[in-house]
Amino acid sequence: MKRYFHNFGERIIEGILTLSGAVTSLTVVLIVVFLFKEGLGIFSQQPIAEGGVIAVNNQNPVKQLSAKEVKEIFDENIKNWKEIGGQDAPIKTFRLDDITDYYSEEQLGKDFELLPQRLSELVSKEPNIIAFFPDEYLSKDFQGHQIKLENISAGDFLGGTEWYPTISPAVQMGVLPLILGTLWVSLGAILIALPLGLATSIYLAEIASKRVRNTMKPVIELLAGIPSVVYGFFGLVVLVPLIQEMFGLPVGETALAGSIILGIMALPTIISVSDDAMRTTPRAMKEASLALGATKWQTIYKVVIPYSISGISTAAILGIGRAIGETMAVLMVTGNASVIPTTFLEPVRTIPATIAAELGEAPQGGIHFQALFALGCILFLMTLIINVSVDLVSAKKKENR
Amino acid sequence: MEFTSNPKLNKSKRMRQNFAFNVFRVLSLLVVAILVIILGFIIINGISVISWEFLTEMPREGMTKGGILPAIVGTLVLVAGSLLFACPIGILSGIYINEYAPHGWLKRFIKLMTNNLAGVPSIVFGLFGMALFVNRFGFGDSILAGSLTLGLLALPVVIRTTEEALKSIDNSFRIGSLALGATKWQTTYKVILPIAFPNIITGIILSIGRVSGETAPILFTVAAYFLPKLPTSIFDQVMALPYHLYVISTSGTNIEASRAMAYGTAFILILIVLIANLLANWLRGYFGRKVKMN
Repeated sequence: MKRYFHNFGERIIEGILTLSGAVTSLTVVLIVVFLFKEGLGIFSQQPIAEGGVIAVNNQNPVKQLSAKEVKEIFDENIKNWKEIGGQDAPIKTFRLDDITDYYSEEQLGKDFELLPQRLSELVSKEPNIIAFFPDEYLSKDFQGHQIKLENISAGDFLGGTEWYPTISPAVQMGVLPLILGTLWVSLGAILIALPLGLATSIYLAEIASKRVRNTMKPVIELLAGIPSVVYGFFGLVVLVPLIQEMFGLPVGETALAGSIILGIMALPTIISVSDDAMRTTPRAMKEASLALGATKWQTIYKVVIPYSISGISTAAILGIGRAIGETMAVLMVTGNASVIPTTFLEPVRTIPATIAAELGEAPQGGIHFQALFALGCILFLMTLIINVSVDLVSAKKKENR
Repeated sequence: MEFTSNPKLNKSKRMRQNFAFNVFRVLSLLVVAILVIILGFIIINGISVISWEFLTEMPREGMTKGGILPAIVGTLVLVAGSLLFACPIGILSGIYINEYAPHGWLKRFIKLMTNNLAGVPSIVFGLFGMALFVNRFGFGDSILAGSLTLGLLALPVVIRTTEEALKSIDNSFRIGSLALGATKWQTTYKVILPIAFPNIITGIILSIGRVSGETAPILFTVAAYFLPKLPTSIFDQVMALPYHLYVISTSGTNIEASRAMAYGTAFILILIVLIANLLANWLRGYFGRKVKMN
């Protein structure tokens, strides 16, 4: 009986342990489900500014427009209906503020109670108008055609070069500048961190005495422990003014500042991973090299580095991964201008910084909110690719042995 | 005698080696210098701000005066809450992976997923926490939602720590215990875990430093911009040190006037990390000695 009870207890414990083991996998699955469910919603939403209506005259042959075209029209870069498949007539744009050009205050009534009616009237009598106004002023018997914007396609989203998620009348959701900004800053970071990190790990693994090594290790651990917001703060008060002065720039918040801070933050990862890799070099190999008359330095770059190259690449990939996902420090020092980067001396905006800066203001369930979740999906996929490739590299390493 | 016959070559070889080694030495020193500069800068500027008032009072006058008590309390609560969630599950999960899981695809899959979770950017945790805990579960912006989000972030760290600690234990302990008639759980609980315990604790202490400094996951799950009172339930919002530092250094009402407060807040954050690291190192040494004595 006791024995049976024992076995029963063992079973329960095993069950609990198995469940706990499944938690991380479950979390990853849940992250995927929630991020994509919300993020993919962007492709089925109208890219009109929150709570707005775009309308044209009923006679107008143009029934559908893209977000891009609407922006060009209201920016007056497209001036004739002909350019977007209509008749040859100049486009007359209308925003709510323009209402006083058409109607007097009396005609609009007390507290603008006649406004919906007047809007309807205006759109029905002006053949070449395109009007944008809040949907609360849309009258029930509106005498005009409400333009349905084309949904944002995956191509527009990923390839679009303009990220203006809150402008009216049509929001612009091109994430290319953000993706390139993220990669640009991370590239700069790895260019700084890789040489520095590799040199340090070589020094630690092969050159330094045990005593130096034992003091350096906690130092690097500490570097990894400093919160990113503190790095950001340091960058903001020290590095940014320094860069501004050194290069004589109007603003110091640049991709360079981001890259330097991210480089420092990626250092501990790179150092500890490549240090571990180099230390697995079999002693026999190193001794054979030395016995053949090679110097210690020749042994390092002809034996140790080639032997641990997969570990070093893992270190580099993980370093990039750390840089891509970093949020607060980048948000604080890169200036957050959503332009396609061409130089390190201008502000850039990364994906994580965009999410952190804008999610608080995006109305829930709106297109902006969903676009930010879609950005989260892109970020997640980027880091997933990085993790899987690290896994593959280390699996290959085991195979080779 | 061939290999020593060319002293010139040897000399140039040695020079090249010396040059390379010196470059590495200088670059390593640079890494240390970076740390010293950052820490030094924060500590020198921050330590003069620290006073009893700074630690125990509410912020006043647009967060340019007063103290940071609610942020300190908020961070402590969040750290405690997240570890309360991450430690039990993380340790059990680590035990499962190292002691129970059968070798093969399942184990590899779980490890891959754990690594993936560790690699997920903190802002994605923030998005996820908002979607699941704040909205779906309806916790709202609350300590509960923030702690769970931070807990998920700390989970892979605890799992890995546990795994490493268990892996380093010699198999003879397990075989010996099993041979004496103990069950698998008895072996794990009474023999293996006590040996692994110091390393696990060390890892958890290090993760305290990490969790207390995270900002992105709490942005949309718990952190309050300005809330000069202490939390009374787990459904309250709180201020937190890292978010407070971000707010007063970038978007406060008067950034110049709150600079001193920012230095002080950064100092406290660094202090938490320093204490966690020193404690972890000390524990390592302490338990290391104890094991040697036995």
